[in-house]
Amino acid sequence: MEPFLTRLRSGPTLVGDGATGTLLMERGLPPGRPPEEATLTHPEWVAEVARRYVEAGAEVAETNTFGASPLKLALAGIGEEVERVNRDAVRLAREGAGGKAYVVASCGPCGRLLEPYGDAPPAAVHAGFLVQVGILATAGVDAVFIETMTDLEEAKLAVRAAREAAPALPVAAMMTFEKTPRGFYTIMGDSVADAAAALEEAGADAVGSNCGNGIGEMVEIAREFRRHSALPVVIQPNAGLPRLCDGHLIYDESPESMADRARELVAIGVALIGGCCGTTPDHIRALRSRIQRHAPPPRRPSGP
Amino acid sequence: MTLLGDLAEALIGGDHRRVEALTLEAIDASLPPRAILDDGLLAGMKVVGERFRVRDIFLPEVLMAARAMHAGMDPLAPLLAAEGVASVGKVVLGTVRGDLHDIGKNLVGIMLRGAGFEVVDLGFDVAPEALVRAAVEHGAPVIGMSALLTTTMPAMREVVDRLRDEKLDGTIRTVVGGAPLSAEYARSLGADAYAPDAYSAVDVVKRLAGVP
Repeated sequence: MEPFLTRLRSGPTLVGDGATGTLLMERGLPPGRPPEEATLTHPEWVAEVARRYVEAGAEVAETNTFGASPLKLALAGIGEEVERVNRDAVRLAREGAGGKAYVVASCGPCGRLLEPYGDAPPAAVHAGFLVQVGILATAGVDAVFIETMTDLEEAKLAVRAAREAAPALPVAAMMTFEKTPRGFYTIMGDSVADAAAALEEAGADAVGSNCGNGIGEMVEIAREFRRHSALPVVIQPNAGLPRLCDGHLIYDESPESMADRARELVAIGVALIGGCCGTTPDHIRALRSRIQRHAPPPRRPSGP
Repeated sequence: MTLLGDLAEALIGGDHRRVEALTLEAIDASLPPRAILDDGLLAGMKVVGERFRVRDIFLPEVLMAARAMHAGMDPLAPLLAAEGVASVGKVVLGTVRGDLHDIGKNLVGIMLRGAGFEVVDLGFDVAPEALVRAAVEHGAPVIGMSALLTTTMPAMREVVDRLRDEKLDGTIRTVVGGAPLSAEYARSLGADAYAPDAYSAVDVVKRLAGVP
């Protein structure tokens, strides 16, 4: 396989994987327990999720470490397992990928608000990501995904920590936006333009968005990133927005309709398309088949 | 009167030092504590809530306003207590099991305290049985539950079911809130009420607790 960043920059569009937590719950993860715990209690489930996505056509297997920063694991009551949770998740993703996909470290928010709005000192948050990425990089990943960030300050700390802990690894930073009457903003008030500029400045090799939106809004968000950044854009939508059905929440964007609209992302020149909440191996299978059928336009070079 | 208008403005601007100073000034001027609360602090929080709802402002501004609310409540609370307005009732609050998100729940707690409720806040990742037990132990007529994750919302139903199984559903009522929730979902859970935001949570809890 060519280096991850080369592929991101020169295409064709990579297909990411889909939701992890819901697949682990289907296999028996008790509701309310952190998905990262399954790495310790049921490693076979974690490898199986990666395997199912790669079999469906995902070219990326993300590690089951979204909530495995030391701060977040401490909130979940398994703070003493930081090393094992992160290290073993890399091994399991690699096992599931079977050499057919890039293994990418997943790093989500630390779960606490940064000072001055919350009680988390920026230095502690930075140190936490440094530890997490250090373990993931040593265990051997091909890239680092900083995901679902809603606070640009925290996203910047995570990107910088990833750069320091693993200078050789590409870093993609994704934030979660909501549509407001004045355009797309994170809940902390960061615009797409601000995010694109600040994440690049912090050292990200790719920028984009995951979670919070279905593919319709993600097409708009991707256009904004394209307008404000020359970096590769990565996009991982939810399977639509959650809707009620018999008292249960369901995500009802079908694999077919999601894959159809993904062609718009390809046309914009998005470098990686994956799935977030509500997406399944079926969504990834449909994405892969559509994306392969529609070759992407040549991408803008990242340099001058 | 302009003093309380200034107080509301300072709160909207999230200036906790100015809120504290103006609250003390209002107390020194012998304005009724209830008016300082209603026409100053809560009037400001209402504007903050409305602006946040349309995303004219974002979470940082809301959190700074909440901090300012605290700064005003500190000197005001003893006076409200002396007037007998402080304890209109008790409420148990918690973010449900498996969910670590407590920003919205904390805002609800601030608003309820401001409205004179005694708030028993159990924090986040709270087990259903703990919410029910706390309501029984404290004699609270209302349990408020929050969730940010779609995967943890079903834990709310466990609280509702447990109250019914223990025949407590007549005396302890439930209100739910959080970003992914809706009135429809609240109904499907069997919850007594849904609050779309922290400001309206006060009216909902008052109604459930039978407070005028």
